[in-house]
Amino acid sequence: MDKILEVKDLSKIYKSGSRDLEVLRNINFTVHQGDIVSIVGPSGSGKTTLLGLCAGLDAPSSGEVILHNQSIGGLSENDKAQLRNKYVGFVFQNFQLIPTLTAIENVMIPLELLGVKNAQSQCESLLDRVGLGDRMTHYPSQLSGGEQQRVSIARAFSNNPKILFADEPTGNLDDETGMKIEHLLFELNKEQGTTLVVVTHDLELANKTNRTIRLKGGQIILDQVQNVVNS
Amino acid sequence: MENFGYLLKTAFRDSRKNWSKLFLFMSSIVLGITALVAINSFNYNLVKDIDEQSKSLLGADLRVEGQSPLPAELHQVLDSLEGPKATQLELFSMALIPKTEETQFVRIRAIEGNYPFYGEILTQPKDAHREYKNKGAALVDDGLMFEHELEIGDSIKLGDFTVPISGRLMATFGTVSLGSGFAPSIYVPKDVLDKTNLVQPGSLVEYAYFKKVPEGVDTEEWEESYNRQKQFRDLNFRVTSLEDNRRQLNRGFSSLNSFLNLVALVSLILGCIGVASSVLIYVKSKIASIAVFRCLGMKGSQAFLIYFLQISILGFLAVLLGVILGSLMQIVLPAILKDILPYEVQLSISWKAIAQGLIMGSVMTSLFALIPLVGIRLISPLRTLRTSFDEDLKPKDPLKWGIYLLLLISMLLFLFSLTSSWITAAIFTVGLILSFALLYGVANLVMWMAKRFFPRKRSFVLRQGISNLFRPNNQTKTLMISIGLGTAILSTLFIIQGLILNNVGSMDAGSQPNTVLYGIKSDQVDDVLKITESHDMPVLQQVPIVTMRLAEWKGKTKKQWIADTLGRGQRWAANREARVSYRDTLNFDEKLIRGNFVGEVEQGDSIFISLDEGYADALNVDIGDEMVWNVQGAMLKTYVSSIREIDFRSMRTRFFILFPKGVLENAPQFHVVVSKSPNAQILGDYRREVVKKHPNVSVIDLGSILTTLNDILSKISYVIKFMAGFSILTGLIVLLSSLLLSKFQRIRESVLLRTLGAVRSQIYKINAVEYAILGGLSAFIGLFISIIGSYCIAKFELELAYNIQWLPLLGIFLFIIALTVFIGLWNSRDVVSKSPLEVLRREVA
Repeated sequence: MDKILEVKDLSKIYKSGSRDLEVLRNINFTVHQGDIVSIVGPSGSGKTTLLGLCAGLDAPSSGEVILHNQSIGGLSENDKAQLRNKYVGFVFQNFQLIPTLTAIENVMIPLELLGVKNAQSQCESLLDRVGLGDRMTHYPSQLSGGEQQRVSIARAFSNNPKILFADEPTGNLDDETGMKIEHLLFELNKEQGTTLVVVTHDLELANKTNRTIRLKGGQIILDQVQNVVNS
Repeated sequence: MENFGYLLKTAFRDSRKNWSKLFLFMSSIVLGITALVAINSFNYNLVKDIDEQSKSLLGADLRVEGQSPLPAELHQVLDSLEGPKATQLELFSMALIPKTEETQFVRIRAIEGNYPFYGEILTQPKDAHREYKNKGAALVDDGLMFEHELEIGDSIKLGDFTVPISGRLMATFGTVSLGSGFAPSIYVPKDVLDKTNLVQPGSLVEYAYFKKVPEGVDTEEWEESYNRQKQFRDLNFRVTSLEDNRRQLNRGFSSLNSFLNLVALVSLILGCIGVASSVLIYVKSKIASIAVFRCLGMKGSQAFLIYFLQISILGFLAVLLGVILGSLMQIVLPAILKDILPYEVQLSISWKAIAQGLIMGSVMTSLFALIPLVGIRLISPLRTLRTSFDEDLKPKDPLKWGIYLLLLISMLLFLFSLTSSWITAAIFTVGLILSFALLYGVANLVMWMAKRFFPRKRSFVLRQGISNLFRPNNQTKTLMISIGLGTAILSTLFIIQGLILNNVGSMDAGSQPNTVLYGIKSDQVDDVLKITESHDMPVLQQVPIVTMRLAEWKGKTKKQWIADTLGRGQRWAANREARVSYRDTLNFDEKLIRGNFVGEVEQGDSIFISLDEGYADALNVDIGDEMVWNVQGAMLKTYVSSIREIDFRSMRTRFFILFPKGVLENAPQFHVVVSKSPNAQILGDYRREVVKKHPNVSVIDLGSILTTLNDILSKISYVIKFMAGFSILTGLIVLLSSLLLSKFQRIRESVLLRTLGAVRSQIYKINAVEYAILGGLSAFIGLFISIIGSYCIAKFELELAYNIQWLPLLGIFLFIIALTVFIGLWNSRDVVSKSPLEVLRREVA
């Protein structure tokens, strides 16, 4: 299978006053197309930092990230933005919808940025698919947490991404709603054949992925391929 | 541009829920531009009308005037110009109205020839101005006739001659009619004036000669060629061509223009401060959304464009609305200003003012908005994963400094285009930068001190309020700069307005003399003094006046001086007919600033004279310099022994040149008596008796002059207040918008505290502490800036005596604090009255 994400000798050091704080140390792993990978670990282990670096949201202190065969270290901020726009999808713990745009307008953002002409109809069917066909013109503040996350998932899949990064996608939701969101995420992922990288605390969710990378103190302590319990 | 349509669409979509946040942003632009366009339109219309009407205001193509009849050689020069000629003699005198036995100080004009050649004297009956010369009759000011219940056919006595009235003068021709209130005009034929015997040596007669030239003859060119202008000037005659008149009129109104321009500019700058602070807070509220856009693949430049488009389009709409309202103001302004203008200003749309408003408004609004907007480019997409503070909005961006530079250049250019003075433009710009820097510095100091000397042992409420000043998301710098600059500009305007009105008011002190008699011959003095005393009126001043001309100084004749170095600004001092007095003491309104005052000299001694400071400066003479005077034919050598400063606000006679006693006693002279009448009745009786016995003596009622002056000044002050009102309104809107928008900064914190159990009074107190400190410090610094600023303007620009009314300033100080705290508390009213979730859903969404 083709490599979609390659992380080589990645380190990240934050300056805290006069002290250096090493958040990630010497991280190496590769993700292939179609993989479903979970990154787990206790708070402060560097999960979110790793996700940010993989998606080109932040720059590493050393090492290299190769996303869709492109080393993103040498790219400008604009080039990285374009790369994300074409190949990457995001789902966040706190949904991150634009409060001033309606549900459908939020979903359309990636396609409209790409300049796609019939974005509206594509996104309407996606919203239908996540069960929000009747809430398209509602603003985020008029939707519940679960509904907002469904809009966020629809937005994440709207540009047919090669890889989708999800940061604690069920972290802000109750168990029942969280379960529904998980199902939706895996179903859409399967339908579109996307690679999925999920950062989570939730071991149950991690068990549903076919590979788990465990972090502790900024280092990988376990990288394990597993049989998928529920796909 | 790639995807421009999408960016435009997103800009629109994103703005839909922000109309209320941007309403105040727009209103500050609307008010600023309304003031700018209204004032500029009026100015341009004024200038246009001056151009169109200057011909009929001059009444001729060329005017020559002086204080003596035109000598034959100059008549010859004037006659070299083709076309008809006319002459006018003008003098001020007393008139006696036989019907009522009352007297009136009047301006008498005697015209020979068909002046005015352009425009006409408005009379009733209409053709009266054509017939009065043949009838040997007078045209009398309509107001005067009304006041004294005179009818056509009645008569009026001027000097020794009684003349019948043949028409009412409806409009004084060719002058700015400020003087008509206390000296109404009377037109008589020249031969009637001769019969009055009012034209005598020492009487103040102005001689004017008018010329109408055939079409195509350029009077300005004529004036400038063959040294003609100089020939006239050397013999103390002024030549005014149509073009000169146009320039003079324009110059006359340029100070009114400058003041109005400055007011307009203040409004615009206040509006711009409002723009910058409201856009900054708006951008801060958008950071999370921008980070999401960036995360989803939007370029920094695209994110910037979305908000730039939003602000520019709304800003342009606001500018457009301001331009429309400003143009509509044309209906109001002329009505307010008509009484202080010499003619009616026509209502018309000024495209130049509209274009200026549109360009200036759009450029200034965009540039001020750009300062906070450019930071959008640098907002990191990482904010979607981590809530960081505003480190990526810090002004390290070189583009931001470029915009500051562009802003300064634009402001300088716009200021120059409004004031036509690079110095004024530069001073104003530097003043603004210094004020900005001072406020920025103090804001940083406040933050540092709040952190350094944090009252850890004080109550929670106080600690919370003070920590709001320096913790992340604080609004200390933004609010201090906008409130401080707003307060500074408004109170400067307030202080200056007060100074102007105060300087005017000091002329009208109750103890001032109110009656002046002049033109008294030496043999009439005793009788006039006797009449004065018989009416129980004090003789406050009795001064002899000798007229003379300056012939030589510092070893060179006047001709040599004029030929060599004397600049135009100095000529008045050399050419004027000097009215000189002599006495042995200084008056209370005079201050010796250099040398020794010599009060008396013995016959044969050197003659030591005292000069006014400004007069000495104009001629560049100082202590010890020699000056030779032509006293009606006799040459008199003198030496400057002292320089005086004269307070020109006192209502007494003042002399640039003062001789000692013992020199001029036997020279031909007339006298001036200054007195004070207790009431109008006694003054009326007194005037009648003086004029009846001594028709050549003029009795001037300063009380009525002061009333007229006060009337004019109250109209001017109304205009000042009206225009300043615009600025004050804009300033308040700016303060309101800064403060109201600041609520979005504090809402999350307040809701969280509320959720954690803070009671209403605690939330209010926390906000009150923060806003009271911000309001108090900003108002204090703002007032400090305004005191320095107004001092500089008063001292160097307006040359006014400076004093400060502390009480109103204290009022402004308390008002700003109260307003700041009130709006701060108003902002938190929702937090305390509604459920936290409801507030968050509505306000933060």
